[in-house]
Amino acid sequence: MLDSKIPSGSLDQKWTSYKGHCKLVNPANKRKLEVIVVGTGLAGASAAASLGELGYQVKAFCFQDSPRRAHSIAAQGGINAAKNYQNDGDSVYRLFYDTIKGGDYRAREANVHRLAEVSVNIIDQCVAQGVPFAREYGGLLNNRSFGGTQVKRTFYAAGQTGQQLLIGAYQALERQVALGKVTMYTRHEMLDVVVIDGKARGIICRNLVTGELERHFGHAVLLCTGGYGNVFYLSTNAMGSNVTAAWKAHKKGAYFANPCFTQIHPTCIPVSGDHQSKLTLMSESLRNDGRIWVPAKAGDKRPANDIPEEERDYFLERRYPAFGNLVPRDVASRAAKERCDAGYGVGTTGQAVYLDFKYNLINKYGKAEANKQGIQHPDTETLIRLGKEVVKEEYGNLFDMYEKITGENPYEVPMRIYPAVHYTMGGLWVDYELMTSVKGLYALGEANFSDHGANRLGASALMQGLADGYFVIPYTIGNYLADEIATKPISTDHPAFVEAEQQAADRIQKLMSINGTKTVESFHKRLGKIMWDECGMARSEKGLTKAIEEIRQLKKEFWSDVKIPGSINEMNPELDKAGRVADFIELGELMCIDALDRNESCGGHFREESQTEEGEALRNDQQYAYVAAWAYQSENNWQLNKEPLTFDVAKPSQRSYK
Amino acid sequence: MQHYTMNLTLKVWRQKNASDNGHFETYPVKDISSEMSFLEMIDVLNEQLIKEGKEPIAFDHDCREGICGMCSMYINGRPHGPWQHNTTCQLHMRAYQDGDTIVVEPWRANAFPVIKDLMVDRSAFDRIIQAGGYISVNTGNAVDANATPIEKDKADDAFAAAACIGCGACVAACKNSSAMLFVGAKVSHLALLPQGSPERKNRALNMVAQMDKEGFGACTNTGACEAVCPKGISIENIARLNREYMMAGLSDDK
Repeated sequence: MLDSKIPSGSLDQKWTSYKGHCKLVNPANKRKLEVIVVGTGLAGASAAASLGELGYQVKAFCFQDSPRRAHSIAAQGGINAAKNYQNDGDSVYRLFYDTIKGGDYRAREANVHRLAEVSVNIIDQCVAQGVPFAREYGGLLNNRSFGGTQVKRTFYAAGQTGQQLLIGAYQALERQVALGKVTMYTRHEMLDVVVIDGKARGIICRNLVTGELERHFGHAVLLCTGGYGNVFYLSTNAMGSNVTAAWKAHKKGAYFANPCFTQIHPTCIPVSGDHQSKLTLMSESLRNDGRIWVPAKAGDKRPANDIPEEERDYFLERRYPAFGNLVPRDVASRAAKERCDAGYGVGTTGQAVYLDFKYNLINKYGKAEANKQGIQHPDTETLIRLGKEVVKEEYGNLFDMYEKITGENPYEVPMRIYPAVHYTMGGLWVDYELMTSVKGLYALGEANFSDHGANRLGASALMQGLADGYFVIPYTIGNYLADEIATKPISTDHPAFVEAEQQAADRIQKLMSINGTKTVESFHKRLGKIMWDECGMARSEKGLTKAIEEIRQLKKEFWSDVKIPGSINEMNPELDKAGRVADFIELGELMCIDALDRNESCGGHFREESQTEEGEALRNDQQYAYVAAWAYQSENNWQLNKEPLTFDVAKPSQRSYK
Repeated sequence: MQHYTMNLTLKVWRQKNASDNGHFETYPVKDISSEMSFLEMIDVLNEQLIKEGKEPIAFDHDCREGICGMCSMYINGRPHGPWQHNTTCQLHMRAYQDGDTIVVEPWRANAFPVIKDLMVDRSAFDRIIQAGGYISVNTGNAVDANATPIEKDKADDAFAAAACIGCGACVAACKNSSAMLFVGAKVSHLALLPQGSPERKNRALNMVAQMDKEGFGACTNTGACEAVCPKGISIENIARLNREYMMAGLSDDK
């Protein structure tokens, strides 16, 4: 029933063999085929541009005012690739292995190996587009380290790598727009997928400026709509990031896989008050040079710089000597939570730990610079001055951002950080070709579930988004469209289009007619609190059962008491938000159901019932080595399909970073 | 850092749609924490307006991390407010004191028509990029990334120009509504790199032609754009654009 269509052959030959045997569409036929791409982040922009270059007629959609705004732009630290430019032992196999292990053995081997293979092409492509990665003085590319690896394979552009990669993809996309191969629809939000005879044939979307509903036909539809971290209300996602497109696809038959797999990022700026609208990430790359600590004495309220070295607990270095501050995100987040829960947290709320750069600023960078400049016996002040300059070049924009938000200077005092929702590994179920369980409907990038298992390693999201868009979909979509060359464009007057548009219109009408007393924002906040408390960093049967009940209650209340101002046929951001929150509420329920079903701990999914004596996540491979692919049946009712995971090459073991 | 709360008076531009004339409305806001961001303060006001049965203020915003370039408010006569090298979403309320009056307007430029309230249409920027703001390399055509070493200083300068977030503050600040800093940044980013070299002449000519067609004004070198740019894009990039444009114009082979 769930056919993942993994090619036969040895793991390292599968992709080569697939490319050698998949069906092709000749250039004359490509011109007759129309492809819809929803979302213009790294996955969407790269896919739309590449498909346009191949000759397909592409229509691309985004809800922002320009494709360049998609939230991929906010990715900071870098992008992984198995180039081994550093000669430090990296290889395609190691990147594959690190990703599988980092994902706690809940990802598909074949997909991950393909990802590692194409990673090297991504860097080449981006450099050719003019992406200004960091370079050494000799003019060659520089690398840094990220969590969960012991090599330096991360390419970066200061703390704004995502921005530079997205601008590269955006420019490639705009070039296709200029060439007439891609038609761009900005300020448009997808509200439904149109399925005809079991195949995705188009979308319904709302023009956010005029409020009008529109129908668009495509021989295939690609959803590149990102993750759903905003179900928690507070996350590092952009304000507009939402699950609506993926959720509508789910309700039209696309399975939703591993929805409970959420990444809580260890280094974010802590919540300051009830007014908080979003959280800001401080890149994982900072853990290259920042040391994480709390006071060794619980409740120590002295300012950080007054606490002497011997009274500090560098708890990651203490617990995980082999990886130290560069353990994977799930491990680092739980360790920080453990210290804060035990009363060692810092700051006014006690929900924060320190990320301190002083040691490396002086000892790593300061001393190296002093040596370079031939300064004998430099004093601490000189070392700090010299070190600061290097740190500024590496992370300057992040330090500035921290200071703007908190009003504190991280060159002088340690940053205060706390874990926050950042990324969702779960998403629409896709097979090896990135096709969902609806024919002709694809999901790329964070919107799918396929490559990161139960925990994503740092600098791998950019890699996956671009791999899917530049190097996977251009091949796999041909294998499907080759059989569609005889399909003439279907008129958008087809009853399936009419019906889908009517449903979207009815729902908008219903939302507007409630005219209750509570704002959309207030419902979103309440949903977020339920999710964070019961489906966040620690989950339990009792908590999840309670959460499901509360979410169902919240849903009833939303649909009877929400208040949306304005009207339908005009720009109405509150109405847009209401539709998104309504979908988040339904997704939240499924996430809790999935978390309840998976009675094991793995990666970012931590069930309190399943942990080792040291409090580490304890997997249960016998019972849970599967992808949970949920099929929507009816309200509050899903059917679980299991795709068994087999590991022929990377044999599962208890993950250890000690 | 000492935190405090404040009461403020906001004068906000309200305009129902592109054809409406628009006007200022005055709103009092209470108990604003100095820890809030400027947009969180607007969120508070909007929640208040919705509860009173009024329409909330429409404004563009997305990442709220100062990188997507979507937020665009003209605050007390300055794009993105009083802080240097900053976007509206990163402006925090500790910039203000109890009793302050704050005037908030949209970007004002013919090439950026108002859509609603504080939202403007910046699609002209996308069309300028379409005119040549790219390197024509199809997916799969690339050589090994380290096959072309690039001088670190040049790569750093290209990066500094590529850091532009396309917010349009430069246009909003300019008395001529010129887009030269935006165009200069893109032309510089690509002209500084060897990969961008084959197309540099046509790029400069075509992007400038599109800029003029969109109705942006001319540059008179007052430097207001650089002063308000949230990413500190230097007007050296305008000088470079002028050089690129002139060289391309004088050259026989395009």
